[in-house]
Amino acid sequence: MRSLIATQHSNDTQPKSAKSVGLGGIGRPSKHESADKHVSGEARYIDDNANIQGQLHAAVGQSTIAHGKIKHLDLSAVKAAEGVVEVITVADVPGHHDIGPVFPGDPVLAVDKVDYVGQPIFAVAATSHDLARRAVKLAKVDYQVLEPILSVKAALAKQSFVRPPFTMQRGDADSAIANAQHQLSGQIAIGGQEHFYLEGQVSSAVPTEDGGMTIFSSSQHPSEVQKLVAEVLNISLNKVVVDTRRMGGGFGGKETQAAPWACIAALLANKTQRPVKFKLSRVDDFTMTGKRHPFENSYQVGFDDQGQIKGIKIVVNGNCGYSADLSDAIVDRAMFHSDNAYYLDQASVTGNRCKLNTVSHTAFRGFGGPQGMMTIEMVMDDIARFLGQDPLAIRKINLYGQNQRNMTHYHQQVEHNKLAALIDNLEVSADYQARRVAITAFNTENTLLKKGLALTPVKFGISFTVQHLNQAGALVHIYTDGTIHLNHGGTEMGQGLFTKVAQIVAEEFQLDVDRVGVSATRTDKVPNTSPTAASSGTDLNGKAAQAAAKTIKARLISFACQHYQVTEAEVSFCNNQVKIAQQCFSFAEFVQQAYMARVSLSATGFYKTPKIHFDRSTAKGRPFFYYSTGAAVSEVIIDTLTGEYKVLRVDILHDVGQSLNPALDIGQIEGGFIQGMGWLTSEELVWDQQGRLLSNNPATYKIPAINDLPLEFNVALVPDDPNQEQTIYHSKAVGEPPLMLAISVWSALKDAIASVADYQFSPALDTPATPERVLWAVAAMQEKAQAAREDKKLGA
Amino acid sequence: MTLKAVRFLLNNDPVTLENLEPNLTVLQYLREQAFSTGTKEGCASGDCGACTVVVAQLNKDKTALNYKAINACISFVGTLHGKQLLSVEHLKQGATLHPVQQAFVDHHGSQCGFCTPGFVMSTFALHKQTPTPNREQVLTALAGNLCRCTGYRSIVDAALTTSELIESDSFTQQYQQTVAQLRAIHDLPGAELTHKQHQYYAPKNISQLAEKLMANPQATLVAGATDLALSVTQNLARIEDLVYLGDVAQLQEIEEAAGYIRIGAAVPYSEFTPLLAAQYPELGEMITRLGSRQIRNVGTLGGNIANASPIGDMAPTLIALGAKISLQLGDVERKIALEDFFLGYKKTALKAGEFIKNIYLPKAQSGQTLKVYKISKRIDDDISAVLAAFFIELKDNQVTQLRIAFGGMAATPKRALACEAALLNKTFTLDNISAAQQALSHDFQPLSDVRASDNYRMQVAQNLLKKCYLEYQNSNIATRVVNYA
Repeated sequence: MRSLIATQHSNDTQPKSAKSVGLGGIGRPSKHESADKHVSGEARYIDDNANIQGQLHAAVGQSTIAHGKIKHLDLSAVKAAEGVVEVITVADVPGHHDIGPVFPGDPVLAVDKVDYVGQPIFAVAATSHDLARRAVKLAKVDYQVLEPILSVKAALAKQSFVRPPFTMQRGDADSAIANAQHQLSGQIAIGGQEHFYLEGQVSSAVPTEDGGMTIFSSSQHPSEVQKLVAEVLNISLNKVVVDTRRMGGGFGGKETQAAPWACIAALLANKTQRPVKFKLSRVDDFTMTGKRHPFENSYQVGFDDQGQIKGIKIVVNGNCGYSADLSDAIVDRAMFHSDNAYYLDQASVTGNRCKLNTVSHTAFRGFGGPQGMMTIEMVMDDIARFLGQDPLAIRKINLYGQNQRNMTHYHQQVEHNKLAALIDNLEVSADYQARRVAITAFNTENTLLKKGLALTPVKFGISFTVQHLNQAGALVHIYTDGTIHLNHGGTEMGQGLFTKVAQIVAEEFQLDVDRVGVSATRTDKVPNTSPTAASSGTDLNGKAAQAAAKTIKARLISFACQHYQVTEAEVSFCNNQVKIAQQCFSFAEFVQQAYMARVSLSATGFYKTPKIHFDRSTAKGRPFFYYSTGAAVSEVIIDTLTGEYKVLRVDILHDVGQSLNPALDIGQIEGGFIQGMGWLTSEELVWDQQGRLLSNNPATYKIPAINDLPLEFNVALVPDDPNQEQTIYHSKAVGEPPLMLAISVWSALKDAIASVADYQFSPALDTPATPERVLWAVAAMQEKAQAAREDKKLGA
Repeated sequence: MTLKAVRFLLNNDPVTLENLEPNLTVLQYLREQAFSTGTKEGCASGDCGACTVVVAQLNKDKTALNYKAINACISFVGTLHGKQLLSVEHLKQGATLHPVQQAFVDHHGSQCGFCTPGFVMSTFALHKQTPTPNREQVLTALAGNLCRCTGYRSIVDAALTTSELIESDSFTQQYQQTVAQLRAIHDLPGAELTHKQHQYYAPKNISQLAEKLMANPQATLVAGATDLALSVTQNLARIEDLVYLGDVAQLQEIEEAAGYIRIGAAVPYSEFTPLLAAQYPELGEMITRLGSRQIRNVGTLGGNIANASPIGDMAPTLIALGAKISLQLGDVERKIALEDFFLGYKKTALKAGEFIKNIYLPKAQSGQTLKVYKISKRIDDDISAVLAAFFIELKDNQVTQLRIAFGGMAATPKRALACEAALLNKTFTLDNISAAQQALSHDFQPLSDVRASDNYRMQVAQNLLKKCYLEYQNSNIATRVVNYA
């Protein structure tokens, strides 16, 4: 018989304080599980994996026009190019060629026609990355050019939609608006956003002996990659394994958008029976992958003298690009969040899913929610200026109530809502009122530079709005040295999911967190997983891992009861030890006893979110298990001669329930805020008249850099406020909600612009609010102020 | 007589490269030849800093090392000659993280970790040059590193952490040995690489350079490569004959004379900036926003000028200052006004085989002021929509001398002559400024592009003239958000 690994015998007769859990356990600011590897360069990403012998490199030939039929495709020069081993078109796909994730419409390689600039038409495998990229440029493609649709306006005019329009309503908005004391209307164009994960899209495919394929993919959704690879190769799912250790950033951009490159690598690997790596260059990544949806939204609102909304009609028009992708759910979420934190009373929200000849837009942190919220936050500012009130007062008066005024336009009751108190606390801690006075004084004294201040809230619904995705699985092994191996269906993209779930398992056994090892997410370890998305990673996978741990723990306790003839109450786990009545064992010692007694030390765990349901046919239900909330106060300064601006101070108070890891949660809040700020300020996607993306690299597309960090940045978690729902340790999801706190920056910019006309008018400010847009908004304010002065003179 | 090789230290190990593709970047070398994958490719265009490595380089008298962060993705491998290349793998000693690495861990400065090696290396270089950096120094040093996850606060905190351990790290311990090793390489003839038809040649003095260019006027001159390398990494060009200027001793000179400053064409920004900033503070400030630390550590004035970009920031500023440049062809040197150098879009007065040798700037005199405004979407590392430079001499509120130049407004960096005419020898009043603002529309018909519209460019150019005037009237009021603290 093989011997077991030597363990240290515990000499302690009494366990140490039950409260101290060494390095691990929930609620601690544990470092990211890969932090040491990140800083030393040892953390491996897919492009870092050692080249396997014979490995080839892929590239694709892309459409150069936005819409047209392929009349003739001449690939002879491509085939003859240096280093080229294989060239494939859609005719070489053995199985399905449509890789649409939810709805059909995304050919892996173009079928006879092209629908956007950058669409992959054919693929090459060559002996080097460089040679593959060179070869694809040699194709000759004859197109019959068709007229492209390149604006939301044109798409609406032609009723060009990727999915049918949809309306959510409660009550009779039209009459409520008509009967209200005041009416306003407005519209806004909201720009999209490139994910700019620092690690671009990359996959590698390695053929296996049974006609299968092992895929290494930088993907938020390994199970979907597995399914699509199996489908394009026409093989069964059990022959495909997808492995994702970590991503160099995802942000939603690797939810569906990772799959095409994995599929193309797999097709080439299958054809050549050699490993194939496909890494997109940064420009190709910009050109060929979907972005946050640009939206063009409008509203009509009726409100009373106090500024309280009585009725509202909102139309959100998402620019979905050429295919459905996830756009149905994304525009749904924009509609769900058209209330943000406010009671809309009689409301109608319509969402259009416009089809344009651009790349297909996709998930991005917030998933349509941010674009939905922008409209209602604009409404708040517009009502405030109309009534001559501070916008904060209007926001407060419109918040959802605790016991009344708490029904959303999709008929979910807003429960456990403490946003009003949160805002009051932030208003005090950020010294809002005193700063409002100081800023008004500053603006009176300064003609060139103007300051602005705004407080905006966030209420973000947590759960996938597609019900079946709200499930997760996990796999926990305990080895005979007392270490634990943990796998679950979630993927690590930097958010710290692996750290938090390891903490949860460590907590269950009261072990140091470094006893819990986490390896790559693999479809052969935990099957049929949902994407790591919708902020749900920890909520779902944490619960699943806890369930697995509890299963093993129950077996261990049962073993102890039998073996030592004690009751369950006499068995406890603490501080890397197991206490059984008066005896104390190190965890490893105890585990070895269990092993020798033939106790299974491996278990799976499963979780599904309770309570949620939504009936799309009636647009009623409870799509969200709970809401994450927070608020931010931003102060900006603008230059009225150039439109340049700077964010001076930001104060954030955010509710994560009982924090599983405050350091990681603060990191998500800060990072989400800055990313949201980039979306609304400097990150401008510019397409030309032919549908080509001009801002297709980091020289022309500017994500926030280090000097965009606010001069003062105060971020706090709401203390002692556990989630009232039964989430994992009563925590709350944190991935997406903080992004929308950045709406405060946009609103503060408008506040500064409004000061130019003494706050009499509400500036229109489409996003991103680049210096150019700010300057034009200032100019528009100056003209309105001038016109108002002239009106007054005439009146006098 | 040349070496037919490139020699450098990879950490402490001497490396000799022969028969290697000269178009290879340092990043490709590290990842594909040295199998050292800690350094990441984020953009391959010098815009994100994920590939940041540090080169330690001998100072002028070859007694000390300068640690410089550079973008490996746009540095050609030949430029490593005579330097020590340090990548993120070299910092950790055994199982112990370098203090800079430990600070990033302690402050939760990594999330996805992909940008982290670059941040660590930029911070390492900063701490080697400035052991106790303040916040402003940290922000300047890290402005060329993009992070999409953290929002930067934790990174700033990590970089502000100082530790006496840094001063006694392994690099300090090896210091004298490293200096000696690099000096030995330095005493060898210039570097040369040949691979197939591709050549790389690094002359060590100006006569070798002149001779090479006379023999092969088609050769491509490269200094910092911060723009040229993009033709390789982005446009997939292959440059056949590269001549590197960084080892030409005479092109590395800086001279402060009685009435002028002379800067060798191949002196990197980071080395000449302090001298310029002392003369013209606004120019110094602008340069901290020109590219990034990594770019300024290798980028040169000669390269910026020869590149003749209509959106470069230095050319309009130097034109406003009345800078001159000297050009050399064979052993014949000529000197021209910089504004006469730019003939059209990317067209210059350089003749075949000729190269830029020196840039001459007048020193500041009392009564004269240079005002520089850089307008871009982002504060850090962004190309200007408009760059405005106003050089004004006032006597008794009369404009006695004036040069106004803009970048981003025309196909070349260009003076606003009509605008100048509206102000020269006039009193410096708002009325005359208004006339000069109107005159700008005669000087320029700017274009719309990805950075700004034509209308915005014109409006901002006009407004900046007004801002310049207002700043003159009251130097105490805050007028620029970039500096607002």
